[in-house]
Amino acid sequence: MRNRCLTTGNVVAAASAGLLLLATLAAAQAPAYRAPRAPDGKPNLNGIWQAMNTAHWDIEAHSSAPSPARELGAAGAVPAGLGVVEGGSIPYTPEALAKRNENRANRLKLDPEVKCYLPGVPRATYMPYPFQIIQSQKHVMMVHEYAGALRTIYMTEQTEAPADSWMGWSNGRWEGETLVVDTKGFNDLSWFDRAGNFHSDALHVVERFTARSPDTLNYEVTIEDPKVFTRPWKMSMPLYRRVEPNAQIMELRCVEFVEDLLYGHLRKQPK
Amino acid sequence: MNRRSLVSIGVVTLAVAVLVSSAAAGQAPSAAPKAASAAKAYTPPRTPDGQPDLQGFWTNSTYVPLERPKDVTKEFYTPAEAEEAIKRAAAREAEQTEPGTTADVHYDFSQFGLDRSQSTIARSLRTSLVVDPPEGRIPLVNAEGQKRAQALAAARKARGGPYDAVENMPIGSRCIIMGGSGPPLMNAGYNANYQIVQAPGYVMILTEMIHDVRIIPLDGRPQPPQNVRQWTGISRGRWEGNTLVVETTNFNGRNAFRGASENVKVTERFSRVADDMIDYKFTVEDPATWDRSWTAEAPLAKTGGPIFEFACHETNYGIANILAGARAEEKAAAEQALKKGSN
Repeated sequence: MRNRCLTTGNVVAAASAGLLLLATLAAAQAPAYRAPRAPDGKPNLNGIWQAMNTAHWDIEAHSSAPSPARELGAAGAVPAGLGVVEGGSIPYTPEALAKRNENRANRLKLDPEVKCYLPGVPRATYMPYPFQIIQSQKHVMMVHEYAGALRTIYMTEQTEAPADSWMGWSNGRWEGETLVVDTKGFNDLSWFDRAGNFHSDALHVVERFTARSPDTLNYEVTIEDPKVFTRPWKMSMPLYRRVEPNAQIMELRCVEFVEDLLYGHLRKQPK
Repeated sequence: MNRRSLVSIGVVTLAVAVLVSSAAAGQAPSAAPKAASAAKAYTPPRTPDGQPDLQGFWTNSTYVPLERPKDVTKEFYTPAEAEEAIKRAAAREAEQTEPGTTADVHYDFSQFGLDRSQSTIARSLRTSLVVDPPEGRIPLVNAEGQKRAQALAAARKARGGPYDAVENMPIGSRCIIMGGSGPPLMNAGYNANYQIVQAPGYVMILTEMIHDVRIIPLDGRPQPPQNVRQWTGISRGRWEGNTLVVETTNFNGRNAFRGASENVKVTERFSRVADDMIDYKFTVEDPATWDRSWTAEAPLAKTGGPIFEFACHETNYGIANILAGARAEEKAAAEQALKKGSN
């Protein structure tokens, strides 16, 4: 117990120091940059974006580790990461933490990504695939390469989620330079990463997309879910523009890639 | 509860939309020449960056068949004949909603608003969507196309029965892609809804079935190399006046439209001809299947949004149950045979 607290304390202290530095840097940069305008006068966030970090493996700080699939060897190794969660660790309730650890122990069986399921939010944003923002006055679309996952962000006709879904129901607004996206109406099936971090259907996500230079965005997320966490918490990371002139969202229609995994035991002739 | 109210809201919206499109149909009753002059008269609104504005929610749901029925010889019905044709087609569709019949088992189309008569339909007096060849029918498949179809059928047969393994089942049942995902956009029977969003340099088309998105760049970039192939091909677009022209190649040939080869080229033309109508034409060119190109017209009518998430694969219990059912039947048959043998 004591050990645990100590460790957490250290992590918090270290992370805070890091954050302080980041915050200072961000504060020094943020007011200096004003995004080019879209034709309607709003900040222009159109483009193909991608995270460049290890949050898709684990949003918390983690050491490097061998590939979860032995056959992949070093090609599938988990790179270390210093985490994207502000304050270092996620404030799980004790029961939820136990479930997270169980998820992690069984991730090859349980991770929705392994099954080509829709990724949920915010996981879709920092998976190791690009996504494209298509920004109009009424709708901002976010189209992800992974599984063709899609978000419609309603900028003008804002309504409550008509039913729960994987990608949630998003209403957006502009706050100065920032696109603020408020998403609810999630089911309880998606995860935050490959490390078993999860949420319930009470999840409420508020994302802030702010241009920080012509080719980078600041992406900040506030997560609220009283069934799983003891308090709201945040993650943040930069997103990078895919600047290749031929960049485009390609098909990653992965259903077919997982069929043998999901239904192979139901073959007439086992492979 | 949620679902029910959603459906009723949908039905109400759609009922209004049907009225609107009936009104539109009333205005354009007759015929191609008039429609063409109307198209000239209408100036589409512009997006803030100056593109003709195609944005919104649209449907190509229709009772007009792709090919002209064999007993019909004219290109256009009169409005009264068109109404009759719709009634006949709706009656055929309603047969599958007859309570207690086997056709009713899969879906109750009437309850969930899945049959076309309950939603917006893109009305037209045409007797077929195919406009060229003028007889309204797709050209006959040529020798090369027939040979390919036979080879595919033989390969299918060699793989075993339809429920022997998941890859023997139809791609739609497997939630990989639906037949109507296109291009070209072809109504899928139900949920034939699309959303178009435009940003500088791009047009995005979302097909509700099954959350398929095409992002079409308008900057004149070249097609990728021939070895890069996708289910929905790779699309490049440009504006020709007020018409969006989209050319798509690089198909993988596995969702073959009407038996086309992977080298098919589909050219689509979108022109907004009224606030509530996009004139949509597509031309299919594939010398490996047809000796001549052919063209169809399948207008998009404005409909109510929003489009809800279609997570097909995630709850595809059907596919596992069908395969498990087939294995259980085989096991029961084997046990039966064993019993008979020991008697």
